Amino acid sequence: MALPSYATPVQRTYYYAYLLICSLVFFFLIAPLVAIIPISFSQSPFMVFTKGMMSWPPDPEAWSLRWYRYMVGICTDENLTTPCSNKWMIGTVNSFFVGFVSTFFATALGTLAALGLSRPHMPYKALIMSILISPMIVPLIITAAGMFFFYAKINLVYTFTGIILAHIALSTPFVVITVTATLVGFDMNMVKASQSLGARPVRTFFKVIMPLILPGVISGALFAFITSFDEVVIVMFMASLDQLTIPKQMWAGIRQEISPVILCMATCLVALSIFLLTTVELLRRRSEKMRGISRQ
Amino acid sequence: MEDIISTTDQILTTDGLPLKVSLRKTERKNKIRAFLLVFPLLLFIIVTFVVPIGDMLLRSVDDSQINNVYAKTFEEYNKWDSENDELPPEAVYEAIFNDIHYGDKVQVGKALTRMNYSKSGWKSLIKKTRRAIKKIVKSGELPTSYKETMISIHEGWGDRLFWVSMKQMVNEKTVIYYWNAIDRTYDIDGNVIMQDEKRRMYIKTWIRTFKVSVYVTFFCLLLGFPVAHLLANLPLRYSNLLMIFVLLPFWTSLLVRTTAWIVMLQQKGVINGVLVWLGIINDDQRIQMVYNMTGTIIAMTQILLPFMILPLYSVMKVIPKSHMRAAQNLGAKPVRAFIRVYLPQTVPGMSAGGLLVFVLAIGYFITPELVGGKDGQLIGHWIAYHLKTTLNWGLCAAIGSILLAIMLVLYWLYNKIVGIDNIKLG
Repeated sequence: MALPSYATPVQRTYYYAYLLICSLVFFFLIAPLVAIIPISFSQSPFMVFTKGMMSWPPDPEAWSLRWYRYMVGICTDENLTTPCSNKWMIGTVNSFFVGFVSTFFATALGTLAALGLSRPHMPYKALIMSILISPMIVPLIITAAGMFFFYAKINLVYTFTGIILAHIALSTPFVVITVTATLVGFDMNMVKASQSLGARPVRTFFKVIMPLILPGVISGALFAFITSFDEVVIVMFMASLDQLTIPKQMWAGIRQEISPVILCMATCLVALSIFLLTTVELLRRRSEKMRGISRQ
Repeated sequence: MEDIISTTDQILTTDGLPLKVSLRKTERKNKIRAFLLVFPLLLFIIVTFVVPIGDMLLRSVDDSQINNVYAKTFEEYNKWDSENDELPPEAVYEAIFNDIHYGDKVQVGKALTRMNYSKSGWKSLIKKTRRAIKKIVKSGELPTSYKETMISIHEGWGDRLFWVSMKQMVNEKTVIYYWNAIDRTYDIDGNVIMQDEKRRMYIKTWIRTFKVSVYVTFFCLLLGFPVAHLLANLPLRYSNLLMIFVLLPFWTSLLVRTTAWIVMLQQKGVINGVLVWLGIINDDQRIQMVYNMTGTIIAMTQILLPFMILPLYSVMKVIPKSHMRAAQNLGAKPVRAFIRVYLPQTVPGMSAGGLLVFVLAIGYFITPELVGGKDGQLIGHWIAYHLKTTLNWGLCAAIGSILLAIMLVLYWLYNKIVGIDNIKLG
């Protein structure tokens, strides 16, 4: 990619312009996410960079953990400008609860289905595949409307059950896709070998298939978790205050009381996504190594 | 040996079955086994997802609620010879008298809203009548002529227009919501006409939805192309590192990214702050970049950009570098070589990314809702609005169905070009 030494000045100009454009785009992609982090440590009740924060040497008055204390429900301030409640913490607990339950079922159902879809004898494969990944394709607002009408009929709106069912449906496509991708190039002879040595199907699954596809299953589970954890449209319509989740609370926060508490939670979520991204990347490399696929 | 084969036509397995039959049996068994693995999820998705969507489609043409409330009335109404008689016969008045009186209050109330879609005035007419009927029945003296009594309660019952407008409600299936979704309605005789000037908002929003989606797709292509090219041509060590810049936003909560854009773009926000600090604009001329269409386009472009970069990257990755060199070797200038040799090979990636971004953009709801303000709302806004605020679920379902149909056509295209099971994550 580097410029050859015989490049003409015009080529050089083009090349550097091209690099400049690329770095601007990278900046555009990442800048908003980075910008919110310092603001979340601000003293000011507005979501802005204050004068004190920009000054050098740093002004300790301008920085504080005030909004993080608000977020976890510790209210020590005398004059409250923002309602201080434990809503964020209730939301966190609910989000993790819904996330874990739906991830569990989505991963189990999705992995089984991916195993079936990867078998050479699967009938109507294209049709079934398109049904299975349709929840990922249909816009969320349509899904939410359809589910709201239907779940209202069977008394599942404003319940955890309803939300979890919806989240399982939304996140299984990710599991199916990642596990199916891991199963590409899976050597079926290993299953045959295991069976010819006397292992029953269940034992074969746990001792032979599972260890090989585990990285894919875990990535799928992480995708499923983040789908449920970040999902806002469904909870907006199908959850009452009893099922408050982080996204629902953030939505309410952005609409009503714009305060830096939202940015504190946003910072936590960015940290969470960095963690998940790293995990998935490491798992993918491990999986490729295990299956003997090298990248180029 | 030759004798044995020639005497038996078929090869037999150890069970004594012909090989062909035995193979077919095993094959079927395998098929069933594979299907059984998929079955639980398939059933789950059908029950929790496909059926609700189907239910929504049915709801968009459903008009049965009002038919249940006014069952008797509509039965008599169908016998009315509306061509020749000015007003319906006595039997219709008697039936509607009873339907209003005995009807469940909630159900009658719901039906009122529906009746007002056909002709405004129904709501107050029925409400007033219902109160009067209660009094009459309470007094114990049932009217001798229902027709006269009702007209004396409210002159609307003598107005032919109300009765004619009822014709649109008699059928259990209706397409009125679809007409409403594109700013049209029925006039009193059942012809399709445009809505009143001040009630036309849907066509405007549909057009805006397409316009914003086209802009966002265009900007994503413009910004995504050079980045994908760079990622595809850098050594793996660097490109893996730079890939984080693309994947991190992809993994971050949509709400976080949307909030971040509000922080960046608002009047006291980061971008305006930097512009003032650089002296490009004065403190009192801060640019309004959020809560309008500009905000929607900027935020959506950043949010959807990874969906353009990833397909482009995977296509560019496999284009041999020797092609460009060969073209230049044969005398093409770099620009010409790029346009004639490189660009055509990236078309599959551009169409895949473009379609994906476009499809995602027309169904977007969260981001436009938060940063769009008044003139940056997309069609999803109306679905949510009618679902939660006006409770006009028929119209909500109709808009949803139209959007879904557009979506399916676009995905059909996507499938033709890339294949739906080629979707990859990260």
